[in-house]
Amino acid sequence: MSRQVLQVFEQYQKSRTQFVQTVAELASRPQNIETLQNAGVMSLLRPLLLDIVPTIQQTAALALGRLANYNDDLAEAVVRGDILPQLVYSLAEQNRFYKKAAAFVLRAVAKHSPQLAQSVVDCGALDALVICLEEFDPGVKESAAWALGYIARHNAELAQAVVDAGAVPLLVLCIQEPEMSLKRIAASALSDICKHSPELAQTVVDAGAIAHLAQMILNPDAKLKRQVFSALSQIAKHSVDLAEMVVEAEIFPAVLTCLKDPDEYVKKNVATLIREIAKHTPELAQLIVNAGGVAAVVDYVGESKGNVRLPGIMMLGYVAAHSENLAMAVIVSKGVVQLAIALSEEHEDHIQAAAAWALGQIGRHTPEHAKAVAVANVLPKLLQCYLRADVSEDLQTKSKKALKNILQKCVHLPALEPLLHDAPPNILKHVVGQFSKVLPHDSKARRLFVTSGGLKKIQEIKAEPGSALAEYINTINNCYPEEIVKYYSPGYSDALLERVEQYAPKV
Amino acid sequence: MAAMVRLLGETDGIIAEIYDKKNDAEAARLIEYSNAVKIQSWFRATRVRSYLKHTNRCATAIQRRWRGFLGRRFFRILLKNTVFIMKLNHYNAMACKVQKVWRGYYVRKYVFNYYSRKRYLEALQVKNEIIRSELSEYAEQQEATRKREEEKKEMEHRKMEARRHHYLVSTEVMPGIYNSPFLPYPTETEYLLRNVRPLSHKTSKKRGAEFDPAWVKYNSQIPKTLPPLSALPQGPFRDPAVVQKQRYKPFQPSLRVSTDFYSLEKARQKLKDAEWVTRINDSTFQPFTHRSVPYEPLLHSTSRYGHLPYGTKYYREEFLDKHVFSQNFKTLVPPIPIFSKLNDTYSQGQV
Repeated sequence: MSRQVLQVFEQYQKSRTQFVQTVAELASRPQNIETLQNAGVMSLLRPLLLDIVPTIQQTAALALGRLANYNDDLAEAVVRGDILPQLVYSLAEQNRFYKKAAAFVLRAVAKHSPQLAQSVVDCGALDALVICLEEFDPGVKESAAWALGYIARHNAELAQAVVDAGAVPLLVLCIQEPEMSLKRIAASALSDICKHSPELAQTVVDAGAIAHLAQMILNPDAKLKRQVFSALSQIAKHSVDLAEMVVEAEIFPAVLTCLKDPDEYVKKNVATLIREIAKHTPELAQLIVNAGGVAAVVDYVGESKGNVRLPGIMMLGYVAAHSENLAMAVIVSKGVVQLAIALSEEHEDHIQAAAAWALGQIGRHTPEHAKAVAVANVLPKLLQCYLRADVSEDLQTKSKKALKNILQKCVHLPALEPLLHDAPPNILKHVVGQFSKVLPHDSKARRLFVTSGGLKKIQEIKAEPGSALAEYINTINNCYPEEIVKYYSPGYSDALLERVEQYAPKV
Repeated sequence: MAAMVRLLGETDGIIAEIYDKKNDAEAARLIEYSNAVKIQSWFRATRVRSYLKHTNRCATAIQRRWRGFLGRRFFRILLKNTVFIMKLNHYNAMACKVQKVWRGYYVRKYVFNYYSRKRYLEALQVKNEIIRSELSEYAEQQEATRKREEEKKEMEHRKMEARRHHYLVSTEVMPGIYNSPFLPYPTETEYLLRNVRPLSHKTSKKRGAEFDPAWVKYNSQIPKTLPPLSALPQGPFRDPAVVQKQRYKPFQPSLRVSTDFYSLEKARQKLKDAEWVTRINDSTFQPFTHRSVPYEPLLHSTSRYGHLPYGTKYYREEFLDKHVFSQNFKTLVPPIPIFSKLNDTYSQGQV
């Protein structure tokens, strides 16, 4: 008799298990999600989270996590269904499989928006997750670290909340674990925490993260390296002090090797790290230059394509912007050529804008620098960028600024000459200004200027009297005898013919 | 009395005269009074005017003196200031000159030193070259390693596939599918198939636990702190750290314990197994005719000087006192302490 009674229970349990497993299975495919949602899966899964059988509990949590992972509507439904407090409550007590599943749900909810992450924080998940970081099982630690990283990623307040829950020292401990995936995720979480403000980055640094991150630079695992470099660059980007701390970990010759990594993202993150360090002070930039970093970055810019190139280009610009000596270092490292290639090769406006900016920074120091830039045939390309019809505003201003910076220093006339023919008036002003500065003092250049047709072009320019351009033209004209100037003025032949007509021969 | 009367008669005239005179005086009084006032006012005005003039003159004198004094004082201050400013400007100009010269010198010498910068840039180029070559070398090395690993993996994969499909190998009688009779020679896969072992269907027996007397494998996690004591422990205790250390002291078995009792037999067995693997035939082939081998006497027992008598003639020393000396035997080296303690070395802690 009792057996019959027990059989009913057994059957009930079996069908529950089967239901949950099927739902979890179905939820892993995106096309089923709509149907599941319409069938009211949320309200059915919620009581199953409190089931007495652990397997059912954790499978229900897994199914919920998959649903919440899909889009923010479902994540919001999880929040509205008051499921989070249950999960948080059980995070503290259940076994490790359940913990993993619960942390997965929290992560899936938190990843969509700051509001959802805030609701996860509001139900006290942080403390429970931090406790999970102290767990023995690496899988639990991993999913807890992952969830914390997703919460901290959204904004500074959430990251501060994560820090206040005491997650940072534990994450630093997690980096030191032997499991690769745990290391990766802990490094990514640290990176997410650091990226918001100098204070948060300082907290991470105070926990001694830099030394451990720096140790993993030469790790063969590419995905780990991505996260490590991302974390280091997020730390270094905030202030000079933090950048110096990163540099003091003796990362320098070692990170340059990673610029040759086969993985694109590793390369990009390394270049970002170098850029973030170089941008702060001339001393740090000098340190990178002395370590041969510029040559490595120049090679890297030459080898990579598209968005991966961008941080390298910006790094060259930052280094060159600090001082003329550093700009010269970029020039002798053959940086200008690579930047010119990047400027002409890349089709995206923001990369071109960065290249134009970097070239402007290199060329603005002295005539020597400007000459080095001009010789690489950069000026016509910059002009082209400036004049293109479909150009973005940013690229236009950047290329104009760069042109202006370079032109104001450039005394290399052969490079300036082509610009005389196709520059718009606001650029032409600077070009003619440079000619007017050089020609009075250089007889050879005067001769060349006439033979190459520059003088003729100058006479054809219609300048408003009294403007700077007119003044420059006047200065140039004063360098030449009057006949030559007249000879090259437009309409001179007509004037001559007229004189022929009016001439009365003395018979 | 007459006089009196006459006098009295005459009085009328007198009175009238007095009266007239008085009337005249009365009439002239106002004029006279105003005249007197005029005279007086003129006189007094003159007097006051002269006094005023006097006081004005005095005041002017005082003011003149005072203003002169003030002016001189102000002028002195002004002069001082002007001189000071003049000096200051002069000194500033001189300081500018000194600074100009010094800064020019300093900058030329140390900051914009053309030669040092040239040297620096040259050194930088050299450094860049070094870094470039190093990096390319590194990249090449990495590439080679990656390639090697890939090849290895590929090879393993192919081998595994070959093992799995080993049944496709051709036999003496039947050529396999990779060994087409129409080809001059079998394909590469055929050779591969020939060279690998087939996957066996037998599942390998699970081997027993390795001999691990030190239980290194089973070392559990050492807790950071000791478990809490029940309320109010008594008595002097040792330092908790010491207790912890003692409690979780690593197990160090002696050599005898840590060596397997059957290690010798096992090693023999292992050697035998290895030999068996390489041996071609278990039952060695015996020839049915024995070659006659010429007798070779032992080197030890043959001698140009005849047989050694020991062992053939006798087994005991003939001359018993041959090596007996009156002095006792003395050791030249000190005794080895560990041997002298041979029987009491095993303490209780070390099994």
